[in-house]
Amino acid sequence: MASTIVIKDVCKSFGKKAVLNKISLTVESGQIYGLIGPSGSGKTTLVKLIVGMDRPSEGHIHVLDTPVPNLNLLQKIGYMAQADALYTDLTGEENLAFFASLFKLNKQEQKERISYAANLVNLTPHLKKRIQDYSGGMKRRLSLAVALIQDPQVLILDEPTVGIDPELRQSIWKEIRRLKASGKTILVTTHVMDEAEKCDRLAMVRDGEILTSGTPAELKEHYNITSLEEVFLKAGGKKG
Amino acid sequence: MRVLALVKRIFQQMIRDKRALALMMIAPLLILTLLDYLLSSNEVTPRLGVNHVDEPLTEQLGNMDVTVLQYDQLDNLQKIMIEDELDGVLQMEDEDIQLTLLNANPSTAKVLKMKVQQAVAAENAKEQANKLSLFIQEIQNKVPGDLKKLEQKKAPEIDTAYIYGNKETTFFDQLSPILVGYFVFFFVFLISGIALLRERTTGTLDRLLATPIQRRDIVFGYLLGYGLFAIIQTIIVVFYAVKVLDIMLVGSLWNVILINLTIALVALSLGILLSAFANSEFQMMQFIPIAIIPQIFFAGIFPVEAMADWLQIIAKAMPMYYAGNALVDVMYKGLGLSDILFDLLVLLGFALVFIILNIITLKKYRKI
Repeated sequence: MASTIVIKDVCKSFGKKAVLNKISLTVESGQIYGLIGPSGSGKTTLVKLIVGMDRPSEGHIHVLDTPVPNLNLLQKIGYMAQADALYTDLTGEENLAFFASLFKLNKQEQKERISYAANLVNLTPHLKKRIQDYSGGMKRRLSLAVALIQDPQVLILDEPTVGIDPELRQSIWKEIRRLKASGKTILVTTHVMDEAEKCDRLAMVRDGEILTSGTPAELKEHYNITSLEEVFLKAGGKKG
Repeated sequence: MRVLALVKRIFQQMIRDKRALALMMIAPLLILTLLDYLLSSNEVTPRLGVNHVDEPLTEQLGNMDVTVLQYDQLDNLQKIMIEDELDGVLQMEDEDIQLTLLNANPSTAKVLKMKVQQAVAAENAKEQANKLSLFIQEIQNKVPGDLKKLEQKKAPEIDTAYIYGNKETTFFDQLSPILVGYFVFFFVFLISGIALLRERTTGTLDRLLATPIQRRDIVFGYLLGYGLFAIIQTIIVVFYAVKVLDIMLVGSLWNVILINLTIALVALSLGILLSAFANSEFQMMQFIPIAIIPQIFFAGIFPVEAMADWLQIIAKAMPMYYAGNALVDVMYKGLGLSDILFDLLVLLGFALVFIILNIITLKKYRKI
């Protein structure tokens, strides 16, 4: 299996404040990789580096064997930001159509992708509504649909289930697994422990460092406990 | 293609934002109409109380658009002036003339003072002339023989010709070209600046930058998208000013539209640029007293040539200085394209600099 995302010794600081410290991780193709950590731990900063919005202060990032940042690479990365970045005075369909037209897709492909993505997140009946009339969950789902619009090989989802009711969370995770089944590589950040169980591999992040990483089962075995929450406490505790 | 996608989106958003649309299209018309009525209204007739003033002088004052009220006694001058709403009181004792001005409104007071001076001077001249002719008559009676008859010379009439405008020209005629351009500048600045700001604060700019769009595509998309509305606004404002308010337009309407479009381009690129340094709509408003209001002072309302040297340097750093100049040249003076070419080029230069700065500034949000 080829490595889709390779991060090597990445440091990032804003001014004097170091946000990421010597992060290294590898995401294999077809994996769901979870970044777990409390808010403020540097997850979003790392995600932005992977997408190429920012440059690391030190170290290298490769996505699909291409050094980041690279504009063409963005065609192959689907990014779902933490905030619902949608145009509230446009309808769901117009939002999807706008983002679709920013990628290299012809008219026919655009149409197909819009109906596919809308259908995937169960928003087809609401496409003609304006976003300002959407519920929080619907906005989250539309954000996911936007991330999928260009049929990217790599999906980077920053807290996709934050502030969402349990039922919807289930359905979003169902989508994530379905996307994995269709061969996509998915990097997801979360601060909810039970979501961590659903990942193939995990990295626990705190204060800009990776505390520990491995499969959920490995981690539990290594620390000899049954819940990941305890793993987190233990791994973090050792350092402190 | 991505630029067009952006233009389409801005168009959809604008069409739905009825308030912003009204602000851009209708607000300038309202202000222009109001100013038109305010500035073209007739001068006020000052009210003057007189005490012991000769009949001819009062008559003379009456002919000069002054309402004259006779008073026999003026015990409490200030009280009477305030109660009877007098702008001034003229008193005569023998040869002494005493004028008291209320000066509640300095410009009215000045007008009144000038009129009284003129009237007194005219009366004096008449008296002098009468005395002179009497004197001559006396001499003629005493000296034998036929002396040449003295002709009474009337005061010469000045025949005035105007290079620009005519005797009907008001301050508003000179001011309105500047205002037409200024409104385009102001409203385009505000709307485009706030639009990009909102894109940033709602996170859609980040989202946009996570697609393969080029930074310059975003800037050009914005320029084109809002430029489209600026064109419509310009045409509405100019046509309204010229056809409805009957503002003086000596030169070509197309040149006016051309100047205003250039102004809109400068305002657009400046608005987008400054929005990068604001974190909220309110902070965007804070740029108005710094970057927008001072522009009007240097647009030609006050003669720039008469300003102190350092003020003239500031004036020449302001886009509205060139815009006002070009608009007055075309609308009031009737000059042609070759006369405003320099101003247009300077404005385009401003826009170009702002656009390049915009593309660089977007680097703050995505490094490539």
